[in-house]
Amino acid sequence: MTPDRPVPTFDDDVDGGRKLCIICSKGSLDMAYPGLILANAALGEGIETHLFFTFWGYEIIRKKTMADLQFTPVGNPVSYMPALAAVPAGMQTMATRMMRRQIADLEVPTIPEMLDLIVDAGGHLWACRMSADMLKLKREDLHERVEGVIGATEFIEISAGAQTLFV
Amino acid sequence: MLATIAGKPVHVNDEGFLTEFDEWDEEVAAALAADIGIALDEERLAVLRFVRGDYRERGTTPTLRRVSATGGFDTKRLFVLFPKKPAKKMAYVAGVPKPVGCV
Repeated sequence: MTPDRPVPTFDDDVDGGRKLCIICSKGSLDMAYPGLILANAALGEGIETHLFFTFWGYEIIRKKTMADLQFTPVGNPVSYMPALAAVPAGMQTMATRMMRRQIADLEVPTIPEMLDLIVDAGGHLWACRMSADMLKLKREDLHERVEGVIGATEFIEISAGAQTLFV
Repeated sequence: MLATIAGKPVHVNDEGFLTEFDEWDEEVAAALAADIGIALDEERLAVLRFVRGDYRERGTTPTLRRVSATGGFDTKRLFVLFPKKPAKKMAYVAGVPKPVGCV
């Protein structure tokens, strides 16, 4: 029996073939979140999602750095701070602490927690092979849930048919 | 608009989400779940009770992350219980608005 009222379809089938790939290339606190938040949102919509970490983006998945990403107001035109005022020692620490607090106030998880959340939701984390070689990092230096260290060609294969974002 | 769900008059919006928090009960939930191909059971009801309690307390629908972090439900399991779009589906069956939070 069809109900005599609107029923959401949730478009489960419409998005059946949709796929999203996000290349995370930056390792500062403010640039780490956009990719992770978009990935989490896409997964919540039932979209197959892959994240590819390259170059400075490695900071996001490196055990040593992932919980300690920094934000610097230097060279950031929207931090509304006179250029030289942003330079003194301690400014980066202060700005980072402030941003971390704002993130926590919004109940947004830390970076390592975001990574777990993404994998729990069915997302895939990939690390760039060339960056690993350059930075002299091994698989065991990375977040446990990184699926593999892959080359550019493999990433291109994985991202076939996907919408790809470069962050 | 006014609709009849499980023999009861309830208000729904143009997408079919309930608009009156207090018009929900477990029979209504079972009918809403059936609409979207989900069979309501005790495990799912426990999730819905958290969603509703949290909505009552805070006035906003909890996001998936909140349901897992605060409600203590496993994210992977939520994707099994409410496939593909768990946050929206939980909200629909729980009779609360679609979630708007980012994380």
